[in-house]
Amino acid sequence: MTGPLFEITVAVARIAVFFAFCFGLVVVMTWVERKGAAYIQDRRGPNRADILGIRAWGLFHPLADALKFLFKEDFIPDNAHRLFYQMAPMFSLAPAILAIAVVPFGPDVTVMGRRIALQIADLNVGILYLFAVSGMTVYGVVLAGWASGSKYPLLGGLRSSAQMLSYEVSMGLSLIGIFMVFESVRMSQIVAGQGGLLFGVLPKWGVFVQPLGFILFLVAQYAEANRTPFDLPEGESELVAGYHTEYASFKFSMFMMAEYLHMVVGAAVVATLFFGGWQVPYLGDAGFLFPGGAAVALPPALVLMLRIGAFVAKVIFFAWLYVWVRWTIPRFRYDQVMRLGWKVMLPLSLVNIFATGLIMLLLKR
Amino acid sequence: MTIGIRKVARPREMSFPESLYLVEIVKGLGVTMGHMLSNIVRQEGIKTIEYPEVRRRMPPRFRGKHRLMKRENGAPRCVACYCCPTACPAKCITIVAGESPDPGVEKYPVRFDIDMLRCVFCGLCVEACPVDAIRMDTGWFTPPDDTREKLIFTIDMLLEK
Repeated sequence: MTGPLFEITVAVARIAVFFAFCFGLVVVMTWVERKGAAYIQDRRGPNRADILGIRAWGLFHPLADALKFLFKEDFIPDNAHRLFYQMAPMFSLAPAILAIAVVPFGPDVTVMGRRIALQIADLNVGILYLFAVSGMTVYGVVLAGWASGSKYPLLGGLRSSAQMLSYEVSMGLSLIGIFMVFESVRMSQIVAGQGGLLFGVLPKWGVFVQPLGFILFLVAQYAEANRTPFDLPEGESELVAGYHTEYASFKFSMFMMAEYLHMVVGAAVVATLFFGGWQVPYLGDAGFLFPGGAAVALPPALVLMLRIGAFVAKVIFFAWLYVWVRWTIPRFRYDQVMRLGWKVMLPLSLVNIFATGLIMLLLKR
Repeated sequence: MTIGIRKVARPREMSFPESLYLVEIVKGLGVTMGHMLSNIVRQEGIKTIEYPEVRRRMPPRFRGKHRLMKRENGAPRCVACYCCPTACPAKCITIVAGESPDPGVEKYPVRFDIDMLRCVFCGLCVEACPVDAIRMDTGWFTPPDDTREKLIFTIDMLLEK
C-alpha cells in the first residue's frame, strides 16, 4: 500500500472504531441508566420489548426507543425560531462527538513497519482543544432554550449557561496541576507519563499525584454534563424538562444522545487524565514487573489487548459512576450550585495549583 | 385554651467531615450499590407487580367491573325495572325492556348496556336493584381496550362474568 492511501485507511479505521465504540456505549448506557435506576430503587425496570419472545432483560428497549423517535412527528412549535430551533440539537451533539478525537484509547502499535497512534488526532494542544470544544456545548443548550419560544426552556437554558460557565472555570483550573506534573498538554504524553511508579509502589496515575485535582475535575465534569446533582437545567419538578421541553422525535433523541455521549467522553477523559488511560499498573512493554521484583513476561499482542481492555474497563466504570451518582444524590438548589462553584471549587482549585507548584519546587531543590 | 409554643427539634449542625460531603456521598453510593446488588442476586426485594401476568388481589368490598346475575334456569335475574339507570349519576346504563317468555316473570332486558367509559364505579346501581341482579364484586377494574365500542359492555358480556 502506498503512503497516502495507507494514511487515509488508518485514519478512517481509527475514527470508525472509536466512533462505533462510543456510540455503542451510548446505546448501552441508556439501557444501563434505566435498568440501574430500577434496581437501585427496588423496581424491575424495562423488560417488555421483545424480539420473537426474547426479552433479554430489556436490552431491546434502546432499539425500540430509537424506532419510536424516528417515526414520531417532527413538530416545530409556532413560537419557535425555526432556524435556531432546528440548529440547537446539532450544536448540542456535535461538540460531544468532536471531543472524542483527542482521547488515546491504546498505546502506539506497529503495523507494516509503521507506528500508529491509537488516537484519532494527537493534537499538540490536546486538552486545550477539549476545553474549547466542550465549551461549545453550552450553545446547544442556550439555543434550544431561547429558540423554543417558551418559558420553561428559556429558564432551563439560562440556568445551564450560568452553571456551565461557572464550572468551566474551576474545571480548567483543576487540570493545571496535571499539566504541571506531566509537563504537557498533549494527551498521549500525559498517558505515557502515568506509566511510571510513585515511591516505587503506587502507579504514577493522576489521581495519586493530584487527588484534590481529581475530585474538583470530577465534580466540574458532572456540572458540565448537566448530570445529577447538577441537572438544574432540566429540573423536572420546576421546569417540566428544562431546555428540551419543546423538542420531540429525533431532535429530542439528539439531545439525549448528546447527554449520554458527554457521559462517555467525560468518562474517557477522567480515565485518561487521572487513571492512566490505557496504562495497566506494573505492566511494561515486556510484561508485568511488580515492585517486589517478581516479573511475568507476556507476548506483545497480549500486552496490547490488556492495555486497550484496561482503557475500556475504566471508561465503563466512570460511565457507570455517572448513573450511580445520579440515583444516589438529590439535586442541589440553584444558589447552592453557584455557591459551590464560585466559593468552594474555585478557591480550592487555586490552592491546588499553588500547593502543586510549591511541592514541585521543593522536590526539585 | 392558650396558644402554646411547640419546640421543634432542629437538625443538628453538620460536623466538618460531613460538611465536606465526600465521605457521605461515598456512604450513599454504598447504600444504593447494596440495594442494586441484592436486587440482582435475589429478586424478593423488588416490589413491582408485573401487571398483566400477575394481578393484585383486591379487597372483598372493592367495587369493580359489573356482572349480571342469572336465575336458576339461566335467564337473567334482571326484571328491567329501570331502577339502576335512574340511580346512575353518570347515565351510563341503557336498558330496553321486553315481555318475558316465562309466564312467572313480567319483563326482561332485551338490551342492557353499560358504557364503561362513563361509569364512575359509585355502586349506586347495585344498591338500587330490588332483585340483586347487578353486582360489582368481580374484583377487577375495566381493562384497557383499543376502541370506544369495545368498552360498551352488552348484556351477554355482563352475564358471562
